[in-house]
Amino acid sequence: MRGGQRAAVAPVRQFTNCRILRGGALLREDLWVRGGRILDPEKLFFEERRMADEQRDCGGCILAPGFIDVQMNGGFGVDFSKATEDVGSGVALVARRILSHGVTSFCPTLVTSPPEIYHKVLPQIPVKSGGPHGAGVLGVHLEGPFISREKRGAHPEAYLRSFEANAFHDVLATYGALDNVRIVTLAPELHRSHEVIQALTAQGICVSLGHSVADLGAAEVAVQHGATFITHLFNAMLPFHHRDPGIVGLLTSDQLPPGHCIFYGMIADGIHTNPAALRIAHRAHPQGLVLVTDAVPALGLGNGRHTLGQQEVEVDGLIACIAGTKTLCGSIAPMDVCIRHFLQATGCSVESALEAASLHPAQLLGLEKTKGSLDFGADADFVVLDDTLHVQATYISGELVWKAEETGP
Amino acid sequence: MRLVILDNYDLASEWAAKYICNCIVKFKPGQDRYFSLGLPTGSTPLGCYKKLIEYHKRGDLSFKYVKTFNMDEYVGLPRNHPESYHSYMWNNFFKHVDIDPNNAHILDGNAEDLQAECDAFEEKIKEAGGIDLFVGGPDGHIAFNEPGSSLVSRTRLKTLAMDTILANAKYFDGDLSKVPTMALTVGVGTVMDAREVMILITGAHKAFALYKAIEEGINHMWTVSAFQQHPRTIFVCDEDATLELKVKTVKYFKGLMHVNNKLVDPLYSMKEGN
Repeated sequence: MRGGQRAAVAPVRQFTNCRILRGGALLREDLWVRGGRILDPEKLFFEERRMADEQRDCGGCILAPGFIDVQMNGGFGVDFSKATEDVGSGVALVARRILSHGVTSFCPTLVTSPPEIYHKVLPQIPVKSGGPHGAGVLGVHLEGPFISREKRGAHPEAYLRSFEANAFHDVLATYGALDNVRIVTLAPELHRSHEVIQALTAQGICVSLGHSVADLGAAEVAVQHGATFITHLFNAMLPFHHRDPGIVGLLTSDQLPPGHCIFYGMIADGIHTNPAALRIAHRAHPQGLVLVTDAVPALGLGNGRHTLGQQEVEVDGLIACIAGTKTLCGSIAPMDVCIRHFLQATGCSVESALEAASLHPAQLLGLEKTKGSLDFGADADFVVLDDTLHVQATYISGELVWKAEETGP
Repeated sequence: MRLVILDNYDLASEWAAKYICNCIVKFKPGQDRYFSLGLPTGSTPLGCYKKLIEYHKRGDLSFKYVKTFNMDEYVGLPRNHPESYHSYMWNNFFKHVDIDPNNAHILDGNAEDLQAECDAFEEKIKEAGGIDLFVGGPDGHIAFNEPGSSLVSRTRLKTLAMDTILANAKYFDGDLSKVPTMALTVGVGTVMDAREVMILITGAHKAFALYKAIEEGINHMWTVSAFQQHPRTIFVCDEDATLELKVKTVKYFKGLMHVNNKLVDPLYSMKEGN
């Protein structure tokens, strides 16, 4: 349990010899942690008159907030959309394995499925704090079934639905209880989407636009009704056109509610988005960019042929194809690989690249006070990186939960 | 008094830091034997603090058995305000060294009873056995002992002179209304009680103050002059700060530098075998 009176007598840990990401800059500062939270050392010194109980030398590394992945369909052979008897252990396996990628919180994502799947699976994926067992589950991302037929991508056509009959009631009937749901991706051109967007937003659920043929006007109205995210920009939507920029145009729209930032997910694996497109989006609206993996079950399986459900998949490095073809079947780049590729492709600062994977997703979900930053009072979920942004260690609530193997002489 | 003249700010800061380091190391502080240090704020001592931190990080100097007493603090400014002297000391010194927070004393400008806070501070100094070395970096006046302060004054509340408020405005976005108008400060008498005093004066803009402090008489308009009556005072300055002194004064003291340098060379260390 974090915080509380017990925290005051908890040991104080001081991480020294490091650079921390704070306020958009890498500062040569120590990181102080107590009771699972980031501590203000000046307050500790002058008010409590205490010193650190333990010091850990970080070897000159970078300490960044733990990465947050808001779109992961599975990994390591696990498919979140599959209704097994023990969905929980599949989620737990992925949660544990992504610690080595620096991910400390994530949103398991379900693709378009029949209602029975949602009713069976959703209750088995509760919101859960992270720890030595694995990254924290922030809630489920439901991508579909209320999406465009034309832009369904790999989603099964048979299970697409509309909510024109009963709007929000159709949504509830399809998904069942929404307790564990954090994000819903839908196509705003579907009739009565405004009511649905408003109802979902009122429940604290983040609404994302994606798998859609909406034009810019429709997208803007959707944002005015509460949508705050765009699911994997460029993919599964109309391409940018200079007389109708479509959903992509939201990045520079002047019709958004004042003070509202539109966030957009980008898969920066070097395969699903051309680097030039990545740069255009980043330059147009850097504060809204959220790096996502959109990982599929083949993530982490290593090169070679694998059987995933009904599919035979061939993995070669960062490319996953349907076996025997050149058809891409999803991304398998881990989050830290995406960050390094994003940094190299856009030439942005290290701070920007790190914020795109931590601060921005936290802001999207309204969690920036506790996640996605190393500000005083935030949860002590952070990742230790070397100068090439390779993960050396991962911490959740101030405890070491993963460490790279030492390669010694 | 000793007047130690170095070529520039960096060398003056280094000399001062070395002197402080040697004082502490030779004192051999320990469990029942703390070294008491009086400390200043402002831009002048920054170079000296950096050097002390360097010696600490090298392992040559520990502040584990050192007690510190700061000279002053603004009244009414929140403790965590970036311009408070608590913030200054934390960011420029305390957070980089191993001093025990219970031994770092700074006046509390937000105390309920300000005079009681001042009296308590004097008590703490007494309990610590007095101050071994008081380091100051003034503008002609010690801490906030503005011109006209009694030369036997103790720790008390002072209203700041308009000059001081104007000079500080740059730290408060140039907004005069945001600058504190009162401060708690150690008195001239408080610093005179220290066993040894070291004054850092660097820069051409301090030259007149140095002249008034050592070549003119003792006068409450220039409170630094009080140290002419202290048995152990060292003024550490750079060339620019001597610009208003007589040539013969500067020549005399420069001629003594080979003697003064014996105080910092060799530089002692707390490491084993030194």
